Amino acid sequence: MSKKLVTVTILLIVLACVLPLVLTNYRTFQATLVLVYAIALLGLNILTGYNGQISLGHGAFYAIGAYAAAMLMDQAGMPYWATIPIAGAVCLVIGFLFGLPALRLEGLYLALATFALAVSMPPILKAHFLEKWTGGVQGIVIVKPDPPAWLAAAGVKLSADQWLYYFVLAIAIVLFIAGWNLISGRVGRALVAIRDHHTAAEAMGINSAIYKSLAFGVSAMYTGIAGALGAIAVQFVAPDSFTVFLSITFLVGIVVGGLASLSGALHGALFIQFVPNIADELSKAAPWAVFGVFLIGFVYLMPTGVAGALRALTRRRSSGKLLHPKEALP
Amino acid sequence: MAAGAEQALLRVQDVAVRFGGIVALDGVSFDVPAGRIVGLIGPNGAGKTTLFNCISRLYPCERGDIAFAGRSLLGVPRHRIAALGIGRTFQNLALFRTMSVLENVMVGRHSRSRGGFFSAAVRLPYAVRADAEARGKARELLALLDLERFADSSVAALPFGTQKRVELARALAAEPKLLLLDEPASGLNHEEVGAIGALIRSLRERLELTVLLVEHHMQLLMSLSDWVVALNFGRRIAEGTPAEVRNHPELVRAYLGTAASFST
Ligand SMILES: Nc1ncnc2c1ncn2[C@@H]1O[C@H](COP(=O)(O)OP(=O)(O)OP(=O)(O)O)[C@@H](O)[C@H]1O
Ligand SMILES: [Mg+2]
Repeated sequence: MSKKLVTVTILLIVLACVLPLVLTNYRTFQATLVLVYAIALLGLNILTGYNGQISLGHGAFYAIGAYAAAMLMDQAGMPYWATIPIAGAVCLVIGFLFGLPALRLEGLYLALATFALAVSMPPILKAHFLEKWTGGVQGIVIVKPDPPAWLAAAGVKLSADQWLYYFVLAIAIVLFIAGWNLISGRVGRALVAIRDHHTAAEAMGINSAIYKSLAFGVSAMYTGIAGALGAIAVQFVAPDSFTVFLSITFLVGIVVGGLASLSGALHGALFIQFVPNIADELSKAAPWAVFGVFLIGFVYLMPTGVAGALRALTRRRSSGKLLHPKEALP
Repeated sequence: MAAGAEQALLRVQDVAVRFGGIVALDGVSFDVPAGRIVGLIGPNGAGKTTLFNCISRLYPCERGDIAFAGRSLLGVPRHRIAALGIGRTFQNLALFRTMSVLENVMVGRHSRSRGGFFSAAVRLPYAVRADAEARGKARELLALLDLERFADSSVAALPFGTQKRVELARALAAEPKLLLLDEPASGLNHEEVGAIGALIRSLRERLELTVLLVEHHMQLLMSLSDWVVALNFGRRIAEGTPAEVRNHPELVRAYLGTAASFST
């Protein structure tokens, strides 16, 4: 990691820490959702951006994480923080198992299989025989967690929204650092190698079957953790919050933000959180048409995503010694 | 091979491969003795690359056996081949095109390195060490192949000849005992051909390599090889020292009317 990158990252974390102190509770809540989406997109980016496996079904893992957290809190009375690792572990296992048969599928066929996962999720969640646990069409209402008592005892007064923001921020930082470590080491190189040249990767000794299924598992784990945090933030889960539209929104997020880029997850999260709102304010009649215009504009102006555009910009500014004539992914 | 005094590192026995109606290999047998450079020649479509792909386990053999260091490869999954000590380059470059030169060579080190998802994510000391080791080894190879100044360049942006050297460095990163080179000189200019010949020779000495070399550039192949095997239509048509094979009537007939030149 370059010195400059470290500086930017630290500045960003500092900024993220002061943000809720200057924002309203509602804006803080929105910022929390941005962090939640960033975690989800980071997960999808590990799979699609770095490993080249297209998923149109990550909304399903987000849903599983969300329901795992909601059900554990609602029925088992578990504290909200304890549900996070469980939601992650459940999605890790399910993602890995889904990844095994998906090994036989490439490109568009994999996209279709994951699409099937996404469309089947709402009906499963509504299923009559599961209603006892899932709450059926009604879903489950969750109580917003209060700031812990030790914080108040230490003299720090936070609103529930502020506390949740910091809670999510801490988890996001940990997950981003872990993601960075993963991507920049031996495993990350193997994932990209498989994406770039499958047979050459295997000739180099990479067991692509294992790597691809584990990438699926880890990716689902990230997105599942995001789902759990999202459920706690919005205090509610219901089948129709997790339609295939959510999956496609995630895919839009990583493409707009920047494929195979960690910072792209953050840019993408900002996009999917705020651009629909902006579109809605611009046109009450046809907000999605406005959204579409935004989307086309972004993709047209920044074909390698926001992350790619920023990278090209800083590179142009920092020096003339251009070693890469073409913008390549990291 | 000639005396049989040397132990064969690679033994190809009666290997046959068919693609639909096409018989790509039809009962090919030969040995590659340890420490030697064996040249594999034959006109286009003779089955040379197919044989490489069988050794790499990319293609299944319909018949026959391939043994490396006395052990059959046919039950070995393709991702284990590198760890056994067999490295290769590809006829049409197969680099990881979005990665830097250094990263490409580090991927070549994969089979000699350790560390999984968890150890990487939490930076367990052994994984960090393994990564540093792989980086060091890759840098050494870049120095050896005169690629140091391209370490951080994206491979896709480099000239063809340089990309070929990167592939060679990537294959060497796993410290192979046997190196399979599929047309290392194709697409290179006259000067580069001379350089790659010298490079292969010096690498063989320094790294104690055994080499199986496919090359259409006859002059280069004949000057490098200790032994030459000639294929045509999937069959071995001649075998011997370069001097013996060069004038073999079968080979002359096979190449009749093709562009390959035997002038030395
Ligand atoms: N994957 C494949 N599917 C179908 N046919 C193939 C495949 N690979 C090779 N062949 C066929 O097998 C035969 C041998 O091809 P191969 O690539 O081994 O020849 P080669 O000796 O390497 O030729 P060249 O000198 O042109 O590289 C050819 O007829 C080729 O068309
Ligand atoms: Mg060939």
